[in-house]
Amino acid sequence: MSKFLEVTNLNVTFPTQDGEVRASNEVSYSVDLGETLAIVGESGSGKSVSNLAVMGLHNPTRTKITGSAVLNLANGPVDVISASAETVRRLRGKAMSMIFQDPMSALHPFFTIGDQIAEGWHLYNKGSKKDGIKKATEMLEIVGIPDASSRVHDYPHQFSGGMRQRAMIAMALVNNPSLLIADEPTTALDVTVQSQILKLLKDLQKEFNMAIILITHDLGVVAEVADRICVMYGGRIVENGTVDDIFYRPEHPYTLGLLNSVPRISDGQSHRLRAIPGQPPSLISLPSGCAFQPRCEYSSKVTSGACNSTVPSLSDKGSGHLSRCHLDVADLNNLVKDKA
Amino acid sequence: MFTFVLKRLAYTIILLAIVSLTIFFIFDLIPVDPARLVCSKQCTPSLVEANRQRLGLDVSVLEQWWRFIVGLFAGRTFGEEGIAITCAAPALGYSFSRHECVTTIVAEAFPFTLSLALGAFVLWLSVGISLGVLSARKKGKFADRAASVFVLVGTSLPTFITGILVVLFIVLRFNLVNPLELGNWHNPFTEPLGWLQTFFFPCATLALAYAATYTRFTRSNVIETSSEDFIRTARAKGLSEKVILRKHTLRAALAPITTIAGLDFAGLLGGAIITEGIFGLNGLGRLSIKAVTQTYDLPIIVATTLIASAFVLIMNLIVDIAYAYIDPRVRTT
Ligand SMILES: Nc1ncnc2c1ncn2[C@@H]1O[C@H](COP(=O)(O)OP(=O)(O)O)[C@@H](O)[C@H]1O
Ligand code: SF4
Ligand SMILES: [Mg+2]
Repeated sequence: MSKFLEVTNLNVTFPTQDGEVRASNEVSYSVDLGETLAIVGESGSGKSVSNLAVMGLHNPTRTKITGSAVLNLANGPVDVISASAETVRRLRGKAMSMIFQDPMSALHPFFTIGDQIAEGWHLYNKGSKKDGIKKATEMLEIVGIPDASSRVHDYPHQFSGGMRQRAMIAMALVNNPSLLIADEPTTALDVTVQSQILKLLKDLQKEFNMAIILITHDLGVVAEVADRICVMYGGRIVENGTVDDIFYRPEHPYTLGLLNSVPRISDGQSHRLRAIPGQPPSLISLPSGCAFQPRCEYSSKVTSGACNSTVPSLSDKGSGHLSRCHLDVADLNNLVKDKA
Repeated sequence: MFTFVLKRLAYTIILLAIVSLTIFFIFDLIPVDPARLVCSKQCTPSLVEANRQRLGLDVSVLEQWWRFIVGLFAGRTFGEEGIAITCAAPALGYSFSRHECVTTIVAEAFPFTLSLALGAFVLWLSVGISLGVLSARKKGKFADRAASVFVLVGTSLPTFITGILVVLFIVLRFNLVNPLELGNWHNPFTEPLGWLQTFFFPCATLALAYAATYTRFTRSNVIETSSEDFIRTARAKGLSEKVILRKHTLRAALAPITTIAGLDFAGLLGGAIITEGIFGLNGLGRLSIKAVTQTYDLPIIVATTLIASAFVLIMNLIVDIAYAYIDPRVRTT
């Protein structure tokens, strides 16, 4: 059974003066209608780059892309990586949509919110300017903007941060897309607004039966909304599993590090935030072995020394839970237990 | 928006008053006595005093300024009983060396300046913006390089050199324009060809330097705007590149151009001294230069200075309103 979006062995590189930046490295993931896939990783790990490739939003003259990203549409599959620019353009907004981290800079400052929402609708629907504004008002109501019929004529700078992101969501969903890619949609917002936006996305997903890819650097936000989680590090996916897999049975030292850096309340007391020491790798000259090795506290336990010499493969140790580590899962669990 | 316009209007009127008053004070400080200048060889102190009175310089600067303002709205009478001359509103003064109301003199000169400024403005905006957009779109390619050569030439050639070259080669060498008719006035509506003959080359000369600057400015603004997040959003919606450029990119990239274009245009309305001089156009620029260097005709000098600064202030107002129309974020401030 194929899922709605299937990304396979996606590579995105940027030729620069200092060398090739391998921002997305043999990346594979998939997400089905009604399902939410979270892609988690530190800033700079290649989350945005991979998904911009799915949307066809990279500058073709300055980007090298290989691999495939197949959308299984009602009228047959389309690989957006090999399809023509015009074909992909006609999928944007309708088959797939994207919202971005900073809703202020992502909205055009000179056009009203209503015009910006209606513009997308007019692209795929016949109707007068008035119909467009009516549709925009309807969408603003759906995303929970109070007094939508008058706010539809406002400019972005008249909206608060949270309302702007709601307006972005309204804009992205105006043509009822099958896939919504939300790139750090709550990072720029207050904590209380964050959870409102996430809840809104979840509600809209039920209503429209969308596939959602939620990109975030914060594992904390995904527990309630995601079905599956991909953890990215240095342009590669290092772990891929269900929410329970990732939270209760993590198999990769980097995921463990991420989990430890999420503030949690257990035993009635809150644990201190523990960031992973060290710096993410340079994507121009990746280590010949595991990209996480310089920061990994378990690499010395791999006696073969493979961490330094061979890139671990992303392997399935059962039931679709994938991990990219030389260390045996049982050994890792024992080491973690010993530490605790 | 309405209160914004009202506020800006009031602000402009106040500024106009202050600037004009300042100009009167500055001319008062200049150590040249116009009353003595217009005096004949057998000058006596009483004749000088009589001249001073005729010129209206016998009262305080504030009074001079006030009379000028009143004259603008109500007309004004110059000279004493018997040989009094009345200039109708808007009276800008009376030139005793030319025996004419300054308003009449200015009204003769202004069509030259307006033609030159407007023609140049249209030329440089259309050339500058289209070349700038083209070279931004073809960044690094042949068209971009060709445009950058144009920018280099346009910005490094002073207008007086271009002007002289144009006159020498195109006008005199190839006889495209009869040198005797250089600078002749033709009504653009009844004699469009004659008007073009007089004004095309001066406009092109004047436009060259501006077009080059505007090409560079447009290019960098379009490139910068293209990398804005909201352009990525427009693309994510599924809009075509054509719509993205025309609607989303240009709107944001050209907004700042409104401001400088308005001010550059206003500057030229005060008179393009060099170009008018080279092409023998009797516009405001030439009028002021002549008034300063040949006769020290104070009423004309004051009037042309005031007109030039008024153009700048009024265009500033227009630009501010236009900008508020384009960029809604400005309206609320
Ligand atoms: N157009 C580009 N040219 C060169 N490098 C880029 C470009 N876009 C992104 N990168 C680099 O690719 C890496 C991954 O970026 P990104 O996918 O945006 O990270 P994130 O996981 O935070 O979304 C970063 O190191 C970034 O600097
Ligand atoms: S492969 Fe080695 S270095 Fe990499 S995460 Fe596993 S144990 Fe650590
Ligand atoms: Mg990102």
